[in-house]
Amino acid sequence: MLLQTHGLSRYFAGITANEDVDFDLQKGEIRALIGPNGAGKTTFTSMVIGRLAPSKGSIIFEGQDITHLPAHERVRLGMAYTFQITSVFANLSVFENVALAARRKMRAKDATLTAHVTELLEKVGLAGRGEDLASDLSYGHQRLLEIAMGLASAPKLLILDEPTQGLAEAEIAAFKSLVRSLVPETTVLLIEHNMSVVMELADTITVLNAGQTLAFGTPSEVQANAAVQSAYLGGSEDA
Amino acid sequence: MSVTAKTLSLHLGLIAVLFALQFILGPYQQGNIARIMVLATYAIGYNVLFGYTGLLSLGHAMFFCAGMYGLAIPMYHFSVPAELAFLMALAIGAGFSLLVGLLALRTIGVAFMIVTLMFAQAVYLIILYAAEWTRGDEGFVLVQSTRTLFGVDLTDDTAKYAAALVLFATALLFTLWLVRAPTGRVLIAVRENEDRASLLGYDIHRHKLIAVVISGTISAAAGAGYALLFGNTGSTFATVQYSILPLLWVLLGGAGTVLGPFLGTLFMYYLIDYAADVTNAYMLIAGAALVALTLFAPTGIAGTVRKHLWRWLP
Amino acid sequence: MGYVWQLWADGPTILIALFEGALLAAVLALMAAGLSLVFGVMRVVNVAHGEFYMLGAVAAWFIASQIGGSPAVSFVAALIVAPLLVGALAAMIDITVIKKVNYDPERTIVATIGLLYIIQQGTLMGFGAVPRAVEPPFDHRIAIPWWEKVDGVWEMYWPWGLSISTYKVFVIVAAIVIISALRYAMTHSKAGLIMRATQLDSETAQAFGIPVGRVYAGVFGVGCGLAALAGVLILPIQQAHYLMGGEALLSSFIVVIIGGLGSFGGTIIAAIIIGMTDSILTIFFSPIIAKIVATLLVALVLVFKPTGLFGTKRQ
Repeated sequence: MLLQTHGLSRYFAGITANEDVDFDLQKGEIRALIGPNGAGKTTFTSMVIGRLAPSKGSIIFEGQDITHLPAHERVRLGMAYTFQITSVFANLSVFENVALAARRKMRAKDATLTAHVTELLEKVGLAGRGEDLASDLSYGHQRLLEIAMGLASAPKLLILDEPTQGLAEAEIAAFKSLVRSLVPETTVLLIEHNMSVVMELADTITVLNAGQTLAFGTPSEVQANAAVQSAYLGGSEDA
Repeated sequence: MSVTAKTLSLHLGLIAVLFALQFILGPYQQGNIARIMVLATYAIGYNVLFGYTGLLSLGHAMFFCAGMYGLAIPMYHFSVPAELAFLMALAIGAGFSLLVGLLALRTIGVAFMIVTLMFAQAVYLIILYAAEWTRGDEGFVLVQSTRTLFGVDLTDDTAKYAAALVLFATALLFTLWLVRAPTGRVLIAVRENEDRASLLGYDIHRHKLIAVVISGTISAAAGAGYALLFGNTGSTFATVQYSILPLLWVLLGGAGTVLGPFLGTLFMYYLIDYAADVTNAYMLIAGAALVALTLFAPTGIAGTVRKHLWRWLP
Repeated sequence: MGYVWQLWADGPTILIALFEGALLAAVLALMAAGLSLVFGVMRVVNVAHGEFYMLGAVAAWFIASQIGGSPAVSFVAALIVAPLLVGALAAMIDITVIKKVNYDPERTIVATIGLLYIIQQGTLMGFGAVPRAVEPPFDHRIAIPWWEKVDGVWEMYWPWGLSISTYKVFVIVAAIVIISALRYAMTHSKAGLIMRATQLDSETAQAFGIPVGRVYAGVFGVGCGLAALAGVLILPIQQAHYLMGGEALLSSFIVVIIGGLGSFGGTIIAAIIIGMTDSILTIFFSPIIAKIVATLLVALVLVFKPTGLFGTKRQ
C-alpha cells in the first residue's frame, strides 16, 4: 500500500469540502479521481500533498503518518504534484525549470544533470525548447513542462491535477503513452475531466461527490454505476 | 565562448578595470571609488535578499551597523587588533541576521518590510541610548595607528583602495558563485514562485533564512570595512536613509543581477555627490530616482541589458 | 501607604502628563486614522504619510502668514484650506504614481518612499530648514487646583504650572469631532457605502459600476488630508519643520499595527493607549527607552500576532 487516508475531512467556514474520505492506493497502479465540479477533488489532493491542512483525519504514505508534514518533506519522501493551473517558473528557462526539480535529488555533476533534463524534455515532447523562457511556451506546452517537472525527481507517487486540460488531440495521445510508460515504477493519481483519458488509462477509479466517496471500481464498474450516472447527470432519481 | 567563460571574463574584467583605475585617477577620485566599492559591497549584500530571493527589507542598516560597531567597539574600547575585530564583526553580523531572520521570516510581504523597518529603528535608538559606548549621534573616530591589517597601514590611500577592492571583489565573486550554485538557484526559484519551489521539495523557510544570513553578513562586512577604512562611525549609518539607499542602488543597477549593485552605487553616488554641490536637498534626486525606477524601469540598468542584449547575464 | 502619598503628591505632574497624553492621542488618532483608511480600502502602505502631515503644517504656516491679520482669522482659513490642498495633491499623486504601479503592495512602498524624499526635500528647497511658528488663534490657560493635607486638614491650592491651554483642549475636541464625523460618514453616507464596497471586493465593486479608480484617489486624498489636518492642528503647538514627518510616520505605524491593520476602531483605541502611556512613561523613564520598547513591541506584535492587539477581524 502506497497511500492511505482515513476519515480525511476539510471544512471551510462551515462549508464541507471533504467529509470522511477513506482512500487506498496500491503501488504501481494508475488511479483516476473523478467527480463533478465542486466534488472536492482539488481539496483532497491539496491535503494529500500538504498544501492544505485537513480539519480531521490522517494521511499515511508508505506506512508513515505524514498528516502533519509540510509539503516539501512529503515531496522528499517521493511525492510529486503538477498544478491544475500551470505554475511553472515563468521567468526562468524551460531547462532551468526541470533542472530545479531534478537537482534536489540528483546533487549530480552538471553533465549528468544536463543529460537527465534533456532526456525528460524529450520524453514529454519539449525537445529543443530548453533555452526558451517558460513564459514563451504555449499553454499546452507549459502543461507538458509541468509534467516533466513532476517526473524529474523520479517520484514514487505522481499526482497529476487535470494534466490534459488545454492539450491538443495529438498531445493527449502522447500524454497517454507517457503515463503508461511510467508504471509500475511510479504510481499515478490522476485528476481528470476528460473521460476518454480516464477510461483508457485508469486501472481503478474513485468517484467523489459532494466531498464524499461515491463509488470505487474498475472503469467498467464505475461506468455502470447508477449513483455515478445520477451524480454526473445531476439527476434526482434514487440510486 | 561558453556562458561560464563570458560570465567570468565580464566580472573579472570589472575587477581588473577597478584595479587599473587607481593608476589613472587622482587621489580625490580614488577615494571616491574606494568608498563606492565598500558601499557597493553593502548593496551586493542587500541584493542577495531583495534581488535574488525577492524579500524586500527596509532595515538593512541594522546589519551594516552590526558590522560597523561590531568592529569599531572592540577596537576602540578594548584595543582588539583589526584582524580579530573584523572577524568578530562578521560573526556578530551573522548571528544578528540569524536572529532577525528567525523572527522576521514569520511574516510575509508588507509585514516583513515593516518588521525589518522597526527592528532597524530599535537598533538606531539603542545606538543613541548606548552613547557611552557608541558616542551616539557624533560617533567616534578610530585611532589612526590602530587601523592596520596584517601590518598594512589602511590610512594610506593606496592600501585603502586595495583593501576596498579586495572586500568588493570577494563579495562580487562570492555572489557570482552563489547564484550559479544549487542553493542560489533555489533562492531564485523562491523569488519566482514560492509555492512551486516548495512542491519541488525545497524547504522555503530554510532557504529564506540562509538568504537573510548571507545578506546580513555581507552587509555587516561592508559596515566593518567602512569603519576600518574610513575610520568613522555614527548613528547616521543606522537611520532609515541607510536602509533605503541600498534598495535604491540595487533597483537602479538592476535587482537580481550580480553587477547591478555596483552600477547602481556608482551612478547614484556621483549623482548625489553632484547634487550636493548644488543644493542641500540632494536626497530629492534619490526620491525622484526611486519613483521613476518603480514606474518606468523596474529592471534597472543591468536588468535591461539582460532583457535586450545578454540573456546569459547572471 | 507612603507610596500612595507620594503618588498623590505627584498628582499634578501625572495630571498634566495625562492631558498631554490626550493631546498626543488626538493627533495620533487623526494621522493613524488616515493611514488605516488607506490601508483598509486600498491594501497599500503609504510610507509618505508623515510627509503629508508635514505638508499640512507647512502649508498652514504659509497660508496663515500670507493672510496675516488676526491669528484667529488666518488660522481658521489655514485649517480649512491646507488639508484640502494637501488632499487634492495626494489624490493627484494617487492617479499619477500609485495607480500606475497597479497598487502592488511592494512597488507602492518603494514608490511612496521615493515620494517621501521628494516631498520632504522639495519642502526643504522651497521653505528652507528654519522651523516656522504660528500663533494659536486663542490661548488661555485654565488653572487647575489640587489638594494637600496640611496639619491634618485638606487644603485646596493652585500648583505652579498646573494649567491647561484652551487651544490644546480645542485640538482634542476637534479630533474627537472629526473622527466621529468620519466614522458616521463611513457607516451612513453613500460615499462611505461605496468605500466599504470597494474595500470588500474591488473587482465586484467595479463590476457593479463603482468607479474604483476615483474611489481610490478619493480615499488616498482623504487619508492624506487627515494627516495634513493633524499637521495644521499641531502647528501652533509645535512649529512646522521639513523633517517633522519621520517621527510622525513611525508613531502612526506603531498605532496602526498595534490597533490591527485596517481596523478603524482598533486604531483609535491604540492611539489613545499609545498616546497616554507614552506621555506617562516619559515621567518615569527616559523617552528613548519608551521609544525602544514601543518599537520592539510593534515588531513583535507583527511577528507573533499580526492581527494587532485589538483587531479581531482577519483581512
